[in-house]
Amino acid sequence: MAGSIHASAIESPRRGAIALAGVLLVLLCALALLAPWISPHATQAMDWSHVATAPGVGDSHWWGTDRLGRDVFARTLQGLRISLLIGIAAAAVSVTIGVLWGALAGYAGGRLGGAMMRLVDVLYALPYVFFVIILATLFERGSVLVLLLAIASVGWLTTARIVHGLTLALRRREFIEAARAMGVPTRRILWRHILPNVAGPVIAYATLAVPQMILYESFLSFLGLGVQEPLASLGSLVSEGARDMETAPWLLLAPAGCLILLTLLLNILGDALRDVLDPRTGA
Amino acid sequence: MLRFAAARVLGLVPTLLLLVTAAFFVIRLAPGGPFDDERAIQPQVRANLEAAYGLDAPLTTQYLRYVGGVLRGDFGPSFKHKDTPVIELIAGGLPVSAALGAAALLLALLLGVPLGIGAALRRGRATDHVAVALAALAIALPAFVLGPVLALVFALRLDWLPAAGWGDSLDQAVLPVVTLALPAMAYVMRLVRAGLLEVLGSDAIRAARARGLGRWRLVVGHALRPAMLPLVAWLGPATAFVLTGSLIVETVFSIPGAGRFLVEGALNRDYTLVMGMIVVYGTITLLANLLADLVYGWLDPRIRH
Repeated sequence: MAGSIHASAIESPRRGAIALAGVLLVLLCALALLAPWISPHATQAMDWSHVATAPGVGDSHWWGTDRLGRDVFARTLQGLRISLLIGIAAAAVSVTIGVLWGALAGYAGGRLGGAMMRLVDVLYALPYVFFVIILATLFERGSVLVLLLAIASVGWLTTARIVHGLTLALRRREFIEAARAMGVPTRRILWRHILPNVAGPVIAYATLAVPQMILYESFLSFLGLGVQEPLASLGSLVSEGARDMETAPWLLLAPAGCLILLTLLLNILGDALRDVLDPRTGA
Repeated sequence: MLRFAAARVLGLVPTLLLLVTAAFFVIRLAPGGPFDDERAIQPQVRANLEAAYGLDAPLTTQYLRYVGGVLRGDFGPSFKHKDTPVIELIAGGLPVSAALGAAALLLALLLGVPLGIGAALRRGRATDHVAVALAALAIALPAFVLGPVLALVFALRLDWLPAAGWGDSLDQAVLPVVTLALPAMAYVMRLVRAGLLEVLGSDAIRAARARGLGRWRLVVGHALRPAMLPLVAWLGPATAFVLTGSLIVETVFSIPGAGRFLVEGALNRDYTLVMGMIVVYGTITLLANLLADLVYGWLDPRIRH
């Protein structure tokens, strides 16, 4: 183990792939955000002279149209936008809950901390996706907020575990003990000393949580429990496309391709970040 | 070992109780009820219906009744599938779902473990890079994308395999099982690769190598058992993964499993059906976790204490 851990964390052949993934991800996000200005068609505009046409056939329908004559390029990129938005927001919410829970449990320690983490263990063992399904169905179907909270309620467990482990180790360090001896209030210790020291692994995990959340959202949308028309996410578009794939396969392939590319790129970058920022848990 | 096992089995009881309680109250506190969409029924009829299903009692009474029923193996009647007890509905679909899930898990292990060992032994070479890249791709492939795409290519375009159905012929099982197994296989491969790499770098293996042990004996005789620990720990979550995936795969390939009852039951406010699914699938997941724990404790004596 010579040299700095940062230098050795990532083997050189992987670096090119990671850089490429980063560039592609930026391009994909830019495309999603700029789509309303790039695409010559609005997401909901129905072109009755081009119904279910294949890519490249109708005038400037680059990825073809669906059964209602809507432009697949515009719709898919709208789906990409919504999936990204829900993914990032849900990851932010779940990581925040997880960090607070883990840091409090780790810092409190003893019986209270043990009980808090025992609850996480119990929830971990449950098929929590079932709960998400139930939450998403029972409370106001199609509400993006409910969807977001339902998805986020799944994701915080892993963050809580990671942060708990890190905090337990930190709490015995001299600088924390010194702060406590000087009478620094608990809240300030958590905020100024614990949180900055767990930030690295948390950032890496948050990056990995985004594709996870996007997949959960798409999973629900595929079952018809997520985003509802006229809005679309990649999951609902895949589900729509799967119904017509025999006659119009591009309706399936466009959103499916975007979803795979997006989750793949996010996973590659998240793994890379984890290897750099949290070398101990890196595989 | 026996005490460890007994403690683990006893720990199951409060977890199960928590699961049933949480599910029961979450479902009941949500707005709406099972008789909402049957065209404006008269108040008296609704009251009679609710009385017939015991919905007029206080919530805590209903809860106690339900738990008592579950303990006796009675999951109550379904609200929508008239005259069919929930237990019969689930028991009808469960063997199909179980066969699908077990086949997928088995395939994932049979292919993933050798691939992981191979990748670890060739670390840093081209084979390893290709295997790792393919695994990253396979993990990014959710069942609801992989299923339709496989059906499109292999059933609709190439016409090699049937696109739907279950139980009529063996080739009907190929696409659903592969859809479910592929991401799991990628996961297994990664876990085995990472586990083996870590063990191979340990002092114990270095010592064994210094004693002049051959590469093959080193891996099979010494490194493999500890390297399997992460994989064993994953088998619990894997069961949940496969059960969740089967919800999608059953929808995509029109397979008459139990998975559809969860979504259908939740949409219809069919309280007893949803509860039944959660209890049954929850118990299966918890038992899988328990089994994984026990095997882990057997493989790694350190955690028994």
